[in-house]
Amino acid sequence: MRNSDAGKGDVLLEMRGLRIEGQSEDQWNEIVHGVDVTLRRGEVLGLIGESGAGKSTIGIASMGFARPGCRITGGTILFDGMDLRAASDEQLRKLRGSRIAYVAQSAAAAFNPAHKLIDQYTEAPVQHGVKPKAEAEREAMELYRRLRLPDPESIGFRYPHQVSGGQLQRAMTAMAMACHPDLIIFDEPTTALDVTTQIEVLAAIKDVVEEFNTAAIYITHDLAVVAQMADRIMVLRYGDLIEEGNARGMLADPKETYTRQLLAVRSYRKEEAPPDESPVPLLEVRNVTASYGGQVIVLDDVSVKVGRGRTVAVVGESGSGKSTLARVITGLLPPSEGSVLFNGEELPASYKNRNRDQLRHAQMIYQMPDTALNPRQRIRDVIGRPLGFYLGLKGAEREKRTRELLQMIEMDPDEFIDRLPGELSGGQKQRICIARALAAEPELIICDEVTSALDQLVAEEILKLLQRLQDELGVTYLFITHDLATVRAISDEVVVMLEGKVVEQGGKADIFTPPHDPYTDLLLSSVPEMDPDWLDDLLADRAARKARGEKVMESADQ
Amino acid sequence: MERFWKLLKSAPPTAIFGLLVIALYVFVALFAPVLAPYGESEIVGPEFLPRGEEGFILGTDNLGRDMLTRLIYGARNTIGIAFVTTCLAFLIGGVFGLVATTLGGWVDQLLGRMVDVLMAIPTLIFALLILTITGTSIPVLIVVIAVLDSTRVFRLARAVSMNIVVLDFVEAARLRGEGTWWIITREILPNSLPPLVAEFGLRFCFVFLFISALSFLGLGIKPPLADWASMVRDMRTLISFADPTPLLPAGAIALLTVGVNFVVDWFLHKTSGIRDEK
Amino acid sequence: MAKILKMVAQRLALGFLTLFVVSLIIFLGVELLPGDLAEAILGQAATPETVAAFRREVGLDLPPHTRYLDWLGGMLQGDFGRSLANQREISGLIGVRFANTLFLAATAAVIAVPLAVSLGVLAALYRNTLFDRAINVVTLTAISFPEFFVGYILILFLAVQANIFPSISNVSADLGFWEHVYRVMLPALTLTLVVVAHMMRMTRAAIINLLASPYIEMAMLKGISRSRIIIHHALPNALAPIINVIVINLAYLVVGVVVVEVVFAYPGLGQYFVDSVIKRDFPVVQACCLIFAATYILLNLTADVLSILSNPRLMHPK
Repeated sequence: MRNSDAGKGDVLLEMRGLRIEGQSEDQWNEIVHGVDVTLRRGEVLGLIGESGAGKSTIGIASMGFARPGCRITGGTILFDGMDLRAASDEQLRKLRGSRIAYVAQSAAAAFNPAHKLIDQYTEAPVQHGVKPKAEAEREAMELYRRLRLPDPESIGFRYPHQVSGGQLQRAMTAMAMACHPDLIIFDEPTTALDVTTQIEVLAAIKDVVEEFNTAAIYITHDLAVVAQMADRIMVLRYGDLIEEGNARGMLADPKETYTRQLLAVRSYRKEEAPPDESPVPLLEVRNVTASYGGQVIVLDDVSVKVGRGRTVAVVGESGSGKSTLARVITGLLPPSEGSVLFNGEELPASYKNRNRDQLRHAQMIYQMPDTALNPRQRIRDVIGRPLGFYLGLKGAEREKRTRELLQMIEMDPDEFIDRLPGELSGGQKQRICIARALAAEPELIICDEVTSALDQLVAEEILKLLQRLQDELGVTYLFITHDLATVRAISDEVVVMLEGKVVEQGGKADIFTPPHDPYTDLLLSSVPEMDPDWLDDLLADRAARKARGEKVMESADQ
Repeated sequence: MERFWKLLKSAPPTAIFGLLVIALYVFVALFAPVLAPYGESEIVGPEFLPRGEEGFILGTDNLGRDMLTRLIYGARNTIGIAFVTTCLAFLIGGVFGLVATTLGGWVDQLLGRMVDVLMAIPTLIFALLILTITGTSIPVLIVVIAVLDSTRVFRLARAVSMNIVVLDFVEAARLRGEGTWWIITREILPNSLPPLVAEFGLRFCFVFLFISALSFLGLGIKPPLADWASMVRDMRTLISFADPTPLLPAGAIALLTVGVNFVVDWFLHKTSGIRDEK
Repeated sequence: MAKILKMVAQRLALGFLTLFVVSLIIFLGVELLPGDLAEAILGQAATPETVAAFRREVGLDLPPHTRYLDWLGGMLQGDFGRSLANQREISGLIGVRFANTLFLAATAAVIAVPLAVSLGVLAALYRNTLFDRAINVVTLTAISFPEFFVGYILILFLAVQANIFPSISNVSADLGFWEHVYRVMLPALTLTLVVVAHMMRMTRAAIINLLASPYIEMAMLKGISRSRIIIHHALPNALAPIINVIVINLAYLVVGVVVVEVVFAYPGLGQYFVDSVIKRDFPVVQACCLIFAATYILLNLTADVLSILSNPRLMHPK
């Protein structure tokens, strides 16, 4: 355990009054407003915040680096007594990669596609004159083994695109370790990964950081992840420090409201909706098999029932076929076998053959509100179009209903009705998408990862709004998501999918209480919790079960 | 209006220069009969009169027509023909491009393959081949060049709308049950305009230079219509006597394309800048 | 590796298919002539007997597909038929001229390619500096100039006034290599000016695009020196786009010579082509079209194949 400051060394990095400006439209605006960061040798500092908090910018500034379009304008950056702001380019270059290393969010993009992994590993040590190539290669294989990459002897001789995402992220962690740096910046290293893959990477990072007693700055938006990794946490918002403290202390007793909100974000639970008494479910997917271009089967004999007024969550990782299920239901991808029934009636397979009423009754809300709204249409037209198209509303009547809908989603009609989507925040855009779906007065709304592109607090507001609308209007939701926290918060029933098949389905309570299907178990147990001991306990538990000879399912992306 | 002035103020000097040039050319083209001292193909004096003599500011050409008059009318003919051709090319290429993306499937495949073949032949060579067969008259010239050039417009329109057609708001419109016409005009077209507008400028330059090249080769706009490239062709022998007069019409062509290119460059910079901000 | 061979083979097959279709278009184009070739050549005044005799003489009485196959077969063996203007073998007239055209294009390419690529890389590296902006304005201007404008300016200054180069590039086979180079210098410079601007802008755009990649930032954060980043990290990935830019511009060069050859009265294929178009000498026009189109298609095909071969993702499949 690395929970106290005891045993940590002297100060390694000290940033005082750090100010950074960002450029937008030929203007420079301050995006980090005088933040102080202190890091001791061997200490792991978590930087946490939502988008726009400046956490990544601050992290990378500790290397004396600012991305194009950003510039450091104030404060001091002392690394091991050296003033990085006064240092020459050549001095900074010698520092980077050898004494401070960086691990990027997307390893797939950050590895050069033209070179083998091991050559990219050895580049920094050889270029900085730390060790010869042969020795670096030997060490690379050793590290690959330690990070539990498959075939550690040979995996380095592959090209980046030949290796899976989770493996690449570990290979990048290894690369950062190549010169045994004093400090590593981890910039959202697991954000792009599936939850079962994330565990492996988190465990690997934690292991090597402890092994080499490296200091680290761990940047993430996920408080539960940072709880596993960090000794100390800094909560940031809009370029200001909100709260700073020992990880355990802060998680147990947050001082600031904002921190408390972040902590509470996953505790929202809806009340279960009354069961659907009618004999025919609202939506029934019956033995559907579907493929793209007749080649790879993405849905394999899937059956799902959705009762009126209920929320059914379809959960799975990337490649599970959950989004394809939504495409089959909406008629974008006609299935090769099976059928979709709405109110007991079979729907035509393609949306092109469905009539206006059939289309109206199943509406969709998308993952990316940015692309779900036409940037050239004003809110009045976005919401007004389905009103006119489906319900024949015109003129004053349509305007009145548009305003009502805006009020329903808690947006002031006078303020927003004439705006373009570009003038709204992400959460506001998603609200407009909800209003557009509601305008059709549908019975079913399919929500495809509607909160994944949003910051946590905003996402929770959206979930609460959706729930309130269900309570008021009795609308039925089919929730497609990869996020188990969302499932826990909003579902009545859960469908777990893996590789195109339904693994398990049932009431929320059933699914979340053991015994589980092995995959459900893997999925559920992989979701990080706020408890700082969670990761260690989980790994210990899995190891113990393996030792007992039990079969423990592992992530596909090993 | 206010936004327009603000926009203009933020323009770099090259773009302002370009706008001024375009304005000047349009003005000259529109008011050619008022501005020109003589008739378009009126023979007013001896042949090849040097500049400034007998009151002819720019001298006379190989048939004794006033150079200045020819230059002014040239603006009308050359720009007019290039503009009409570009519009036609956009109409053909744009419509087919949007239709190809929206309908997809075999229509898209067929149109795509046809364009591939047309584009595999260099435009100038193809145009010369067709003009050999059909002979050169203005309408034929316009149609041939417009069709050949519409392939590029098709490619761009298709590429741009391909990027838009996969976006969720188009899918939403489809699932709402909207027809193809609505999807093209309300969802796709408004969002593909900036690159298409920029392309219009670039295509205009290309067509303008292309027609000029043909005319210079003696296969484009024919006398007695005043045309800049033909003027260069008629007067080119003067160069050997160190007389820069043929460079005047050639420079007139160059100046306009420079102007348009400067404005397009600024526009591209501006619109891509807006996209970055989002 | 099998996959990449398959891809290359596909491209080649597609290229040759295109070539075939193009030859068909060139052949059919003349077929579609109102009336037919005989009437078009002999004119309204000809009697039906002379027309019929002419038809038999050039084989116009045969069905179209037979004539097409004969024509194509002849082309492939280097037999392009006879010119209508002087009844001479076209292949004899074309050979030297095509060589001259290639010589001019090659001379221009030798000057233009290194210049354009190095300027493009420099502009990308020093992006948004005064140097970059100046280059932007200059190249934009150069792109906007018609070739004959550039050509006559060069003639006026370098030939007539300074008397450094000849204004008429008349060459013949008995000239020595350097004399030949000297004589084509002005047309080559004209082509260079036009093509460098294009090539440079495209190179710059490709490099800037590349330098924004996360792996370049990663290399910077690994403390790799600037020169090594450019050579070791950017260049291998820039190869495909730059090769593409170069070959596309080479293709343009071969075609772009037409106007320049006329300006400088250079005895190349382009000038011959234009003359034949004016004389409506169909067999020559068809032959020239096919040669130009084939060169253009083959160069573009080369670009395709090279960019497949220089893509690490395709070279090292999963």
